[in-house]
Amino acid sequence: MSAYRDEDPRIQGIKTKIRVVPNFPKPGIMFQDITTLLLDPKAFKDTIDLFVERYKGKNISVVAGIEARGFIFGPPIALAIGAKFVPLRKPRKLPGEVISEEYILEYGRDCLEMHVGAVEPGERALVVDDLIATGGTLCAAMNLLERVGAEVIECACLIELPELQGRGRLNGKPLYVLVEYQ
Amino acid sequence: MAGKDGQDPRIQKISSAIRVIPDFPKPGIMFQDITTLLLDTKAFRDTIDLFVERYKDKNISVVAGIEARGFIFGPPIALAIGAKFVPMRKPNKLPGEVISEEYSLEYGTDKMEMHVGAVEAGERALIIDDLIATGGTLCAAIRLLERVGVHVVECACVIELPELKGRDRLGDKPLFVLVDGA
Repeated sequence: MSAYRDEDPRIQGIKTKIRVVPNFPKPGIMFQDITTLLLDPKAFKDTIDLFVERYKGKNISVVAGIEARGFIFGPPIALAIGAKFVPLRKPRKLPGEVISEEYILEYGRDCLEMHVGAVEPGERALVVDDLIATGGTLCAAMNLLERVGAEVIECACLIELPELQGRGRLNGKPLYVLVEYQ
Repeated sequence: MAGKDGQDPRIQKISSAIRVIPDFPKPGIMFQDITTLLLDTKAFRDTIDLFVERYKDKNISVVAGIEARGFIFGPPIALAIGAKFVPMRKPNKLPGEVISEEYSLEYGTDKMEMHVGAVEAGERALIIDDLIATGGTLCAAIRLLERVGVHVVECACVIELPELKGRDRLGDKPLFVLVDGA
């Protein structure tokens, strides 16, 4: 489900603040740049408010954010709903004991890590990232949380690229986005 | 000036929420891990509040956060004081036109990038990172902002490692920290 379809009046303002940069990081990719949104305090606040309104009062105790742009949106949401923030990181960034989840890229593999002990069994969690493309990274994030017994309530992104069908890759977990890029 | 000697009652809890991991990323380094702070919802909120109380009403229009842990603390501060958030990133992460600043590491050099047009001459800025060690990274961030005519009002970190004398390396730029990682 997306707020885009609900036509909240704040959505249009958010959508116009996202800058599309052609041929980055390689030819043929239309890169969705959210940094221009962050330069508009009202649009950035509206973005956070839309997520907070959806998730406060739902007993969510964990907001997991995917490195690095999930670190920008996750913490303000976590703070507003009274949840802890758990960073999900590229390999070897987190000190101490971690669990790892490997996932497939277009060419090759990558790995996402989470601290052992950050999340307890039975906790209700959100996963936050700026964008869902193929869904591979979000899937790895959900797997990490579920492996330690947390319940992933929903994945939340600003932007969805529907042609890449990431929504269907989330093992039946719901996805909430603010805007779609066709 | 650090919140030492129990100046603010919130500081003690913040300090004790930070986990020290010996020998990471290599032998001899006592790594200051702020992820445990992020798991303590009150301590995380207090951390942000201490910065916000200091910087609101100071006409600061830019909060620059250094990748990646500066992305966790910077945006909540920016949102609360009504400033824009500007990510300062490792090379080749920001799409579109950037300016770069090279800086020295213990062995070799690294580069920091900022978007062209993110900030305007005359704006007043804060720079945020989780920790100041030698001050090399913060210095690079200061130079990037000053090159485009921005006035850096202060650098703000959760933790300082005073033995590494990063504070001196910032020259005339003030530094505000919450705790010593001594």
